[in-house]
Amino acid sequence: MVEVPRYDDVQVGTELPPLQTDPISRLTLALYCGASGDHNPIHVDTDFARAAGMDDVFAHGMLGMACLARVVTSWVPQQAIRMLGTRFVAITHVGDRITCTGRVVEKLGDRQVRVELEAHDQSGIVKLAGEALVELT
Amino acid sequence: MIDRRHIGHALPPFTVAVEAGRLRFFAKATGNTDPVYVDEAAARDAGHPQLPVPPTFLFCLEMEQPNPAAMRELLGIDYRRLLHGEQHFRYHAMAYAGDRLRFEPRIADIYDKKGGALEFVRRETRVTHQNGTLVAELTCVTVVRHG
Repeated sequence: MVEVPRYDDVQVGTELPPLQTDPISRLTLALYCGASGDHNPIHVDTDFARAAGMDDVFAHGMLGMACLARVVTSWVPQQAIRMLGTRFVAITHVGDRITCTGRVVEKLGDRQVRVELEAHDQSGIVKLAGEALVELT
Repeated sequence: MIDRRHIGHALPPFTVAVEAGRLRFFAKATGNTDPVYVDEAAARDAGHPQLPVPPTFLFCLEMEQPNPAAMRELLGIDYRRLLHGEQHFRYHAMAYAGDRLRFEPRIADIYDKKGGALEFVRRETRVTHQNGTLVAELTCVTVVRHG
């Protein structure tokens, strides 16, 4: 962390440093399966995914949300986060390269700011649409 | 249709121990190279007593319950029809490696859209620290696709 932003210095429109993932590999999904404890085979077992009517395995939504969270924890210490939420808009496929962005959209009282978060793939398709409330000093 | 009488139902509470090794594994799996999340010395330098539980890992800990399928079984949902629709966390206090966290989930709402083609289950979970301090409130919206 370079420098913690201060409430008075942050404006509506301030952008958080974006993050880009490597292309989502099957290894990533296997690691996330074990590390997260989410053992749903739809994310790691191609045979199961096909039997369930999918073309292939696909990423856990929460893997994308972890990336959104990293955008915020790269900007402020985690203790500053009051709320983090997201809608899972579209499925993230194997091979997708995900970019996570954040932008301050509102300055609230109590030194809090509302940050709009988004994860999209290499084609610009939105995968997650989220927001965070962050309390600054 | 999922039986609406389950609205308000409290699922069995459970306690989970936070392990440092799992936190490092989670950091690796999510591409998090910030030393605060993998190196105790860096965590202490940043003011943390231990490795911190990162923001979304509380959801993972919620899956460590004795029966992760408890809600699905109660509601009679086929998990091939399940999608994670939304996830929200409201944070009150940090949690760390070595903590024992108590999870108290309840089914807060069940509703449908598109004439019943999609049903939604909203689960709300209170997470408290071993000393009773409220750590976080989690909201998970599950979507069940019919047809």
